[in-house]
Amino acid sequence: MSSVTQNEPEKLTKKALKADHPTWCPGCGDFTVLACFFKVLEELQIPHENICTIAGIGCSSRFPYFVNSHGLHFIHGRALPLATGVSLSRPDLHVFAFGGDGDGFSIGGNHLEHCARKNPNLTYVIMDNFVYGLTKKQTSPTSPIGFQSKTDPNGAMDMPVNPMKKLVASGASFIARTHSNQVKHMTEMFSRAIKHKGFSVIEVLSECTMFYKGAFDDGNPRKGGTFEIIDEKTGDGSDEDMERHDISSETEAYALADLQYPGKFGVFYKKERASKNDLEQNLIKSGQEKSGDLDAKKLIAARFKAMR
Amino acid sequence: MSLLAKKSASANGSNDIKDAVIRLAGNSQDGIQTVGGFLARLAGRSAQEVMTYMTIPSTISGGASIFQVRIGSGEVLSPGDEADFLIAFYQDSYENHLSSLKEGGVCLYDSDHVEPDTSDKRFTFVGVPMTSTTVEAIGGSARDRGKNIFVLGLLTKLFELERNKLVKIIESQFKRKHESVLRNAMLAFDSGYAYETGDVLSQSYAFEPGEAVEDNRITTDGNTALTYGLLAAGVRYGAGYPITPWSSIMETLRTELPKYGGTFIQSEDELAAISSAIGFAYAGHIAVTGSSGPGLSLKMEALGYACMAELPLVIVNVQRGGPSTGLPTSVEQSDLMQAIYGSHGDSPRVILAPKDVEDCYYIAIEACRIAKKYSTPVIILTDQSLSSRIEAFPEPDISDVKEPTLDLQMQPSEFRPYPLDSQTKHAPPGTKMAEGKYPVVTGLEHDEWGHPSSNPELHQEMTNRRRDKIKQLASSLSKLEIYGESEGDVLLIGWGSTWGPIREAVDYAKRNNQKVSSIHLRHIHPMPNGIDEIIENFNKAIVVEMNDEGLYGYGQLATLLRARYSNPKILCLTKTNGLGFKISEILEGIKNA
Repeated sequence: MSSVTQNEPEKLTKKALKADHPTWCPGCGDFTVLACFFKVLEELQIPHENICTIAGIGCSSRFPYFVNSHGLHFIHGRALPLATGVSLSRPDLHVFAFGGDGDGFSIGGNHLEHCARKNPNLTYVIMDNFVYGLTKKQTSPTSPIGFQSKTDPNGAMDMPVNPMKKLVASGASFIARTHSNQVKHMTEMFSRAIKHKGFSVIEVLSECTMFYKGAFDDGNPRKGGTFEIIDEKTGDGSDEDMERHDISSETEAYALADLQYPGKFGVFYKKERASKNDLEQNLIKSGQEKSGDLDAKKLIAARFKAMR
Repeated sequence: MSLLAKKSASANGSNDIKDAVIRLAGNSQDGIQTVGGFLARLAGRSAQEVMTYMTIPSTISGGASIFQVRIGSGEVLSPGDEADFLIAFYQDSYENHLSSLKEGGVCLYDSDHVEPDTSDKRFTFVGVPMTSTTVEAIGGSARDRGKNIFVLGLLTKLFELERNKLVKIIESQFKRKHESVLRNAMLAFDSGYAYETGDVLSQSYAFEPGEAVEDNRITTDGNTALTYGLLAAGVRYGAGYPITPWSSIMETLRTELPKYGGTFIQSEDELAAISSAIGFAYAGHIAVTGSSGPGLSLKMEALGYACMAELPLVIVNVQRGGPSTGLPTSVEQSDLMQAIYGSHGDSPRVILAPKDVEDCYYIAIEACRIAKKYSTPVIILTDQSLSSRIEAFPEPDISDVKEPTLDLQMQPSEFRPYPLDSQTKHAPPGTKMAEGKYPVVTGLEHDEWGHPSSNPELHQEMTNRRRDKIKQLASSLSKLEIYGESEGDVLLIGWGSTWGPIREAVDYAKRNNQKVSSIHLRHIHPMPNGIDEIIENFNKAIVVEMNDEGLYGYGQLATLLRARYSNPKILCLTKTNGLGFKISEILEGIKNA
């Protein structure tokens, strides 16, 4: 790596973005997620120092160590509220959160819901492997009924979370689903998510070769499965277009989410609405205007005067 | 010891008094807090010392509520053990609060609602038809609103308060409301002012001129003072979740911060609140979160992270009666151990406690200074009594208030956030790194560069490092000042809001020729060095605190002091009835020690 000078921003390359070699097991789906992330960053040429990767706890949450960027490895389940703080106070940064199904749908489930509702400007990638891998094979919130784990030797009995439904119901403004074996599709989803203003979430089916081998073969054509991409409405007025998926419709997103596994892949839902960043900035603007754009010293002095 | 020190009657037939405790007892919708607040602000503007004390039921409307205001021409350090005047709005206010009235005191009651036992010769009873006279004055409103302002008028006459100043305060309070509100308030006020109490209370009382400096004093409550301390110290970002009695701090920050270009977010829970605050801190800001007892417990895991990652953070904990939901609107100091040791693992952090309302402002500034300098979480342990009580104090000097800046200076290739030989320094996101190698902040044990490592020697070295930086803070603290003689029989040791009652107890004991002194800790963890040398010159050291003596017979600070100094002279005086210490209780404690 050569040194960066203040004047000429160096071109962002995959090489510059690589950090520690991932500690993931050979064949883990997360490797391709990392590769796609590098590819998208290279395409978008975001200033290197403004990339910020944040994660909770889990195999996939080791992500920040494998990206050479400013990063933070936080506690289990709380990456989103932390990333919200970073995003809201630093409009210059591109904030990315990474995690798994345990982090996102179980211990951090409440935060996912509220982050979706608040709509801060950040992108969240959930590497969903349907199992707890780091702790060596316990049932996860997305494990299908009947899945045999160390905590459910006779098969999981609790109904799994439907991530797409949960996200639509929570009010997330960009929701997509992809598969770690589909590099091109995943890259496209990442790129669209990053360009979305507000909270964008992508669920990546990412196989745990150690504890849930073959979990996503049904969605992998090379393993005899089918990878069916959502056919989005183009608005060309044709008869076929009537049948296509309207990404602005919650009802249609729900219907897609109800399809039998492995279902379809692509953008389930997208809605343009004000991000929390914008709303808070509006509040600041009107607050400062109303108070006559005073500096801190004058604001405090005025308040003290009223307390006399 | 509030004493209605009567002096000889002056020419105009009034008695000059030095100090009076007035307790207003009614229901929570009667607006008695408003009256108390007016009296407190008037005292603040009139060079009087003032302190208030209130209880609000945790029900939204209805339920008994009191507001006690103590006004004095000399130093006022506590809300007062007993009341000189009781204003009773209802029969149950009369019945429940007569015992708080001192012998010789005056019970002023609403004769429309209260039937007192006037045969009780310990007190002077004065009946005033407050409800009906107010209704009459305002013009037949079915709802008995405004009797609080009627009472204010009555008190203004009785205590010869400065009517013009008070009218100005009332006007400024109601100016934002509809003009009829102010008109009705003034009608009620004038009606109370003109009311003749008749023969029973023929004289009025007047406060001696105050000793305090009249200019530039402000009157406010502890939570507000603390909030403005945070703003003055440059806090522009924060996150919180509502819980009594912390909520008013977050409400003020939420409405005020946008004016300062900042943001305070209401989080979905306590865990998210501290996580977002850590996010703000990581992004390069000095950030705040806060809560009360149960909420602090929920924040503990993330707090441990902030200790490990060494991020600056201010956490306000407005203590209330515990455990669990406990007594949400009562005072206690039982979160000390939780604040110090609450997290998993060895996670040293800093604990500060304000001693009075004025100190809430300065402790917030001190907390921000320490958090930044030592790159550490700092917990402010304030409490329910400080949160809502109103005091008047000199307006703080804000000449050195600056706008906070974000340091994104490019870092050299040898950048180490956690050097073993010097202070922690982070490179927030957005910082360019000379060799293009970017740092990751983690809760895993890490080396000087912040890189995860489970090397056994390193974990020991880093544990030492995190501990020693807090010890460095301890050695930078100035020695504790002793209130009273530096040697004697009993040394009282206090922390937090017990400052006032302890000082009054020392004054009283000294007047009675007892050799009693006191010290007070604002920095509790780390505590300043040299406390052992102070204790050495006394026969007993009694730690006065509002928590339980626990299984081994010592309060929480007493336990720590005994652990640190192994000194059997260290004793304790504890209480947990949800009320602050009375002077008489401390004096009794000294006697029994």
